[in-house]
Amino acid sequence: MTENVQQSGAAGSSTFAGSDSRRYNYFEPAGRRATLYEDVTVDVQPDPSRHLIQGWIMSFADGMPTYGDYTTAAKCSDWHVYRSVDQEWSRTHYQRQSHIENTIKMLVDNARSDGAPGRFDAGWIKVLQDHFGALKHAEFGLGVALMKAQRDGVTQMVNNAILTNASYKLRLSQDITLYLADVGLDIEIDGDAGKKSWMEDPAWQGTRKAIEAILAATDHIEIYFAANVMFEPLIGEMFRNALIMRAGPAHNDFVTPAVVSAASDDFRRNLANTITLLKMLNGDETHGKANRELMSGWVEKYLPLCSEAASGLESVWGLADSGELDYAGNVGDARLRCKDILTEIGVGLPAGMTL
Amino acid sequence: MAADLSLSKIVKQKSISVTEATQRIADLGWAPDYFEEILKYPTDYKVEKAPKDPMKQVLRSYFPMQEEKDNRVYGALDAALRGDMFRNVEPRWIEWQKLFLAIIPFPEISAARSMAIQGQIAPGENLRTGFTMQMIDEFRHSTIQMNLKKWYMENYVDPAGFDITEAAFGKCYATTIGRQFGEGFITGDAVTSTNVYLQVVAETAFTNTLFVAMPSEAARNGDYALPTIFLSVQSDESRHIGNGHSFLMSIVKEPENLDLLERDLRYAFWQNHAIVDAAIGTIIEYGTQDRDKNKESYAELWHRWVFDDYYRTYLLPLEKYGVKIHHEDVEEAWNRIVKKNYVHKVAQFFSFGWPVAFWRIDGMVEKDFDWFEAKYPGWYNEFGTYWENYGKASLPNQPPLMYLDSGYVYPHRCWSCNVPALIREDFCVDEVEGELYTYCSELCRWTHKVAFAGEYNGRPTPAMGRFSGRRQWEELYHGWDLADVVKDLGFVRSDGHTVIQQPHLHMEDSKMWTLDHFKGLEVRSPLVDLRAMSPADREKHIAEYQAGFTCKPI
Ligand SMILES: [Fe+2]
Ligand SMILES: [Fe+2]
Ligand SMILES: [Zn+2]
Repeated sequence: MTENVQQSGAAGSSTFAGSDSRRYNYFEPAGRRATLYEDVTVDVQPDPSRHLIQGWIMSFADGMPTYGDYTTAAKCSDWHVYRSVDQEWSRTHYQRQSHIENTIKMLVDNARSDGAPGRFDAGWIKVLQDHFGALKHAEFGLGVALMKAQRDGVTQMVNNAILTNASYKLRLSQDITLYLADVGLDIEIDGDAGKKSWMEDPAWQGTRKAIEAILAATDHIEIYFAANVMFEPLIGEMFRNALIMRAGPAHNDFVTPAVVSAASDDFRRNLANTITLLKMLNGDETHGKANRELMSGWVEKYLPLCSEAASGLESVWGLADSGELDYAGNVGDARLRCKDILTEIGVGLPAGMTL
Repeated sequence: MAADLSLSKIVKQKSISVTEATQRIADLGWAPDYFEEILKYPTDYKVEKAPKDPMKQVLRSYFPMQEEKDNRVYGALDAALRGDMFRNVEPRWIEWQKLFLAIIPFPEISAARSMAIQGQIAPGENLRTGFTMQMIDEFRHSTIQMNLKKWYMENYVDPAGFDITEAAFGKCYATTIGRQFGEGFITGDAVTSTNVYLQVVAETAFTNTLFVAMPSEAARNGDYALPTIFLSVQSDESRHIGNGHSFLMSIVKEPENLDLLERDLRYAFWQNHAIVDAAIGTIIEYGTQDRDKNKESYAELWHRWVFDDYYRTYLLPLEKYGVKIHHEDVEEAWNRIVKKNYVHKVAQFFSFGWPVAFWRIDGMVEKDFDWFEAKYPGWYNEFGTYWENYGKASLPNQPPLMYLDSGYVYPHRCWSCNVPALIREDFCVDEVEGELYTYCSELCRWTHKVAFAGEYNGRPTPAMGRFSGRRQWEELYHGWDLADVVKDLGFVRSDGHTVIQQPHLHMEDSKMWTLDHFKGLEVRSPLVDLRAMSPADREKHIAEYQAGFTCKPI
């Protein structure tokens, strides 16, 4: 019988075949060297088209396997090429989310101890209560839709990009909720009013309808598209940036714009991730044309919903305006922004539609 | 103004209570009016009550808490390197991490995907934050484990096997067992997979053995990195167990759910036992160099965590809701561990199959024999000769043990749990939809034939999943030359010649096996052979298989 060998476990303590093979070697890095994000992400969700030689060993009753490209109408020659632009993995995700939460806490604590909410204009407080309070449900709805969508992508890179997007949206919806409740300790804010607007106020019904359409979608790429290419530029970003961030200071409110400002950067990152994925699909040599047509169909579905949502919100602009707001200009800018994104991903407008 | 200025007013700022915070957050949801949501992943359970969130979870305290946990984990990795951990680490231990860490990130990330499904089927939004946190936690677990593995690859003497990790996961004869685990969290009936299989059984019953027993053993082998990471992972599990319990409480009071719960608890408990105990039992008892007779054996740990903490304090109380608990299943799992030597037989199988592994499997020697005999009396009689043979055949001076006349018979695989049928007397076969299948045990046969079917107890179960794919690994390579198999698997070192897997820890080329040593040896699938037999031959073969084998010295 051979005895056990006494041996140092340290790298370099012996030299033999393979003793210097110190990188994951089963995938092609996007750049010259694999990034940490790639190392902890690529191929963690296996795929029969790569290394999974036994195929998926479980299926649904109809024979559909655990994962497959049957979950989206979009087609791709190689889904595994996709890398998220923000290169987010769990540690960077926690760092960023935690940084945002800590910043909001510091900001709101300081503003409250300085009595800042007491100086908000009375009319503005009502806008915050009824309408900023309604927006939180839209953000929540997007978070829920994206959370559901991260089940279905055929690669880890796609699913994780959607997962972090869901996390950002759900955080934002909670940030708004808790911010209104916290300042509600200092000034009169009815914590139920936002939900009431969301459910009943005609101004919000278009927006709710658009969000419910996204929630009802079952195709994960469609959800990702509808959230970031359609709803965000046309409604979400416009409401947060053009209304809250611009009108706040005019009504003595520097706090709310700061609380919501992280959402701009959230969206920039998620938009970059989305555009990169959709460009890959639309530039696909085999499937690009069909994908562009598919997405043009999604524009046809969601653009009218978002347009209806935007017109509904005009009255809110009216309530918040003390001379600095320009609803028509804001809608025009938002539509241009959406148009730019569509151009970037190579999707044309359906016949008869304009942006 | 100065009149009401007191110190307490300066330092204390009121915030809303956590109870109010969670109520407000739960109220973010609404019932849609304009478009109806389609349940993409249906269930045959009746799910109508909204699960509660007794833990009152809020994201704004979650993210900073997790960031802090991460800081400690990554700080500990740096400290381990400064402390020159790898000089004293046991290679026997690290080698098994090539297998374990290849398997575990996929079940983790499947658990994240599972939350997408559960979040959709759970009525109301009370537990949404709980599901969200679990989703992000599981994302954390998978990446933190990928990172630990990368760190081993960069700092351990033999990185081969870590370098191909996710490719190996998709190919190896052993990792298929873990895939069964991960796919089960997200495939088939939405309640069966997310609540019962993942939360109520895998997390509640078995994460202690995974994430608490492993760290203790790691530390005994000079590995201080794994404990920091795994205990940090386990610290998230209590929340997941809480999610699972809340959801279970929301469905257990519906009488029509009782028979499905009975089915799923049986399936999930048995399969978790078969899979987790196989892998973790082997790694803890055969991957260690620590033979302190005062430490608890895997069987002892199992009794404490699975039998006492889980069966007695979690499962049994479910009886008061009318859930039928199969005490005999728990009893039989315990029997398999202590009387039928389940873990030892798995270790034996893994080591016998070393030519198709992607890590080094160190043999057991005298010091190990003593410990096993002390902890499991009778061990030497049953396994001593086998391990002596293994040691004798560890250098490439003859074919691998698998191709020597040692008495050991390469096992059939269980179609259900994917672990081979190692307890030979329990081996059984059955036909499902006209095809013959092999099983390790009666319960695994039941799982495939009865539980995973379109109807159960006379009621249709259209949401239930199916076992599919090329589940029997050996069948992929039936009739192939071993050298071609290993080349096809990609288990070859960077010189294109030396194989990654070795039945020893010698870190020198002259003692390492190469593809040349594998040429001319055939791989066969016991199932393909069994199916090809005449009914009479088959019956004889099964009887012989059940009678077992005796190892003889080579
Ligand atoms: Fe986990
Ligand atoms: Fe978990
Ligand atoms: Zn089995």
